[in-house]
Amino acid sequence: MKRRRIVSAIAVSAAITMVLAGCNSKAKDNGSKSTAKAAFNAAVGKVLNPSDKKGGTLTMANSGDWDSLDPADTYYGFSWNFIRNYGRSLVVFKSAVGTPVLVPDLAETLGVPSDNAKTWTYKLRKGIKYEDGKVVTSKDVKYAVERSLDKTTFPNGPTYFNDFLDLQGYTSPYKDSDPNKLGLKAIETPDDNTIIFHLKKSFSGFDYFAQLPATIPVPRAADTGTKYKEHVISTGPYKFEKNNPGKGFSMVRNASYDPNTDPSSGRKPLVDRIEVSLNVNSDDIDNRLLAKDLDVAIEGTGVGAATQGRVLRDPALKANADSAAIARTWFTAIDSDVAPFDNIHCRKAVLYGFDKTGYQRAYGGAIGGDIASSLMPPLIPGYKKNDLYESGSKPEGDLAKAKDELKQCGKPTGFSTNVSYRIERPKEKATAEALQASLSKIGVKLTIKGFPKGDYAALYAGKPDYAKSHQLGLKVYGWGADWPDGFGFLDQIVDSRVIRATGGNTNFGIKVPAADQLLDKALQTTDKPAREKIWGQIDEVVMTNAAAMPGVWAKGLLYRPPTLTNVFVNDGFGMYDYTVMGKK
Amino acid sequence: MTAPLEVPPAEVEATPEAVLTGVRKIEGRSLGQIAWMRLKRDKVAMAGAVVVVLLIIAAILAPVIVSLAGHPPNDFHYKQVDAEKQTPIGAYGGISHDFLFGVEPINGRDLFSRIVYGARISLLIAFLATMLSMVIGTVAGVIAGYFGGWVDAMISRLMDIFLAFPILLFSLALVGAIPDTAFGLSGDALRIALIIFIVGVVNWPYIGRVVRGQTLSLRQRDFVDSAISLGARSPYIIYKEVLPNLVAPILVYTTLLIPTNILFEAALSFLGVGVRPPRASWGGMLNDAAHWYQTDPWFMLPPGLAIFITVLAFNLFGDGLRDALDPRSH
Repeated sequence: MKRRRIVSAIAVSAAITMVLAGCNSKAKDNGSKSTAKAAFNAAVGKVLNPSDKKGGTLTMANSGDWDSLDPADTYYGFSWNFIRNYGRSLVVFKSAVGTPVLVPDLAETLGVPSDNAKTWTYKLRKGIKYEDGKVVTSKDVKYAVERSLDKTTFPNGPTYFNDFLDLQGYTSPYKDSDPNKLGLKAIETPDDNTIIFHLKKSFSGFDYFAQLPATIPVPRAADTGTKYKEHVISTGPYKFEKNNPGKGFSMVRNASYDPNTDPSSGRKPLVDRIEVSLNVNSDDIDNRLLAKDLDVAIEGTGVGAATQGRVLRDPALKANADSAAIARTWFTAIDSDVAPFDNIHCRKAVLYGFDKTGYQRAYGGAIGGDIASSLMPPLIPGYKKNDLYESGSKPEGDLAKAKDELKQCGKPTGFSTNVSYRIERPKEKATAEALQASLSKIGVKLTIKGFPKGDYAALYAGKPDYAKSHQLGLKVYGWGADWPDGFGFLDQIVDSRVIRATGGNTNFGIKVPAADQLLDKALQTTDKPAREKIWGQIDEVVMTNAAAMPGVWAKGLLYRPPTLTNVFVNDGFGMYDYTVMGKK
Repeated sequence: MTAPLEVPPAEVEATPEAVLTGVRKIEGRSLGQIAWMRLKRDKVAMAGAVVVVLLIIAAILAPVIVSLAGHPPNDFHYKQVDAEKQTPIGAYGGISHDFLFGVEPINGRDLFSRIVYGARISLLIAFLATMLSMVIGTVAGVIAGYFGGWVDAMISRLMDIFLAFPILLFSLALVGAIPDTAFGLSGDALRIALIIFIVGVVNWPYIGRVVRGQTLSLRQRDFVDSAISLGARSPYIIYKEVLPNLVAPILVYTTLLIPTNILFEAALSFLGVGVRPPRASWGGMLNDAAHWYQTDPWFMLPPGLAIFITVLAFNLFGDGLRDALDPRSH
């Protein structure tokens, strides 16, 4: 999953509609549905194996490291999903099936706006304690937000508070002259149960900020700066027992957590222990999941290609799997600086001509995702179906139209160009081979060139002069947003003004002036529905200009061992909800 | 496999009396004829030789063979592949009379055609690289062994350096960094040329050492001394006296180096720095197959067996050749 810091102001509100958007209409009104029978997709849109049985140990593993367990310093989807086990933010997305909704967590109610939504007030619930029994006060929340502003100490987290609070030059509590380190004027704490945020500008969606992990209270006495991540003081149902950085950690029940103070979040702490291993080989994780030796692959991105085949082949295994849509598109960028793709008709020719089913097959067929008719995944709010190149009606490619476009381009017999892919990714190689095979039917001869993944954007496909001098006309790629959001998805791949000559670009030569203008317009549009509509328009204008070959709207194949209870896919995260699982 | 030293029984029966009466006459046989006779009697080596010859014919005639018994190597056959599971339809990786070795998962390419075309790459690279090693190794070995002194010291140290070279890492780096066009070649031709160059250049000391050792001992022989005392110059002695005596060991080591180089090319392709997709090569196919070992293990068999059989055939033939040319080597 790509981490991304969204600095731009207006984008934020859309960004945080996160989960809101995360669901398509299918999950709308089945919030209470549940089922006890394991079957394929049984945990999508309903709760599988509902249970209240307590006890047991939940074992989880991650193929990489955590960015940080510190609430001020984490920006992974799985981390925001998991953090609710040990931290309570002011408000939180409810753990429930279907369209996720914001509910108060630390706070008694959602935020109360005043001064034209420039001031937001929250009242804290009474009786919420840290794991050591100390009472949580609004000053701790303020301190937690203050320290999250310090991006030199905590580089990973989002910057929404930096962008929106009226900071007046405040940088960090570690450089604060105030004896209590509460010098930030933008947050007031008139008493221990009230916290007031003052913004630079009106923002009607502030509750989305209040759900960020940065509002999870941090007691100043326990704050050790960059070392705090080694023992975060819990306010949630679980606390850290042991933490072995880089290897793993274990959590046990937090005796100071009172479920009576937590009526709305939907948390259901059933297991007695949670054990998490880090930096585990991903094949090993898959094998242990299938062997019931492991409960959760914590990254939530789905099993690997080899395991996927195994799961789908065996009906017993398939019944324990879910295909969850994620906000990611596998696509091939067309570099408009590489002749003859500077001519729109030549771009249209390959768009009509390539075999869309072949692309889908390269990513594992229907289980890997749906054939994409445009760049933006339908999961993203504002998505409007546009299928300009007949991916629905002629998924094998429309050769007649492709040849017609070739004539208009002045290349009736076709042309030669190169297609690049990342050597380490067999699916991208299969894509390149499928494109090569299908485009040869219209006379477009592709030479396939593989490049190492690590330098793909920095030195090759993402470096304009290299791509141009080596004639990389087509570049196999993929892009995903942290959560379903138009800005986060589109900006870095279609905004032509972010292309740097030095390389490292993620926009591989998509240059559509109309899309640039629409992006600017979206950033200035404060009305959410109107803004979301613009994302759809950008998507359409990119396709009208034939700037990229959309391949597959990705799905992840999640596997849940049958020993789990209360399992469902949280539509906001595109993975299982980690605050409600129990063991049989 | 010890080749008998005696001459065949038929010849033994030719008694002196029989010769005298003109029934049998004594034939003079060259060393080469004797070696060929020994080789012919070594069944295992001959089997290896037959396989090698068949492989070479298959590689040369690949387009003909494929047009008769297969499909173009890069054509997709989606109908042969299960759309959901992505694995070939049918038993044993989709083997049928139409697809003799089955098909590849995902896209259904004909494995038989790809194996036959893959033989071209493997054999071409292995042969040319071995030739290169042989030429460099022979020249350097003869010079070092014949002239001795500081020339020998220099060349021997150079051989040590090459032998100590982490050849696989070196070629990974070099092949990964090559441009699209260089030395008037481009694309796959350039890559193949470069692989031949790397493999050939790095392997020459194996032949070079053997040649040097043989030359050292040949130089002490009487016929070389006689030639020198008669005033023959060094080039003459090397061409006329030394080299002919080196043919046997060079031939043997060349034959044994070919399978090593086939494996080396496969390793490079396996690591993704061989020829570019979609062109078929055995190592590249093995690499693709590795991702499918659980769901479509049959995919691994054709390229794996192709490499195995080829290497085995060359080794058996090489061993037999050594025994035939130099029976004392055991």
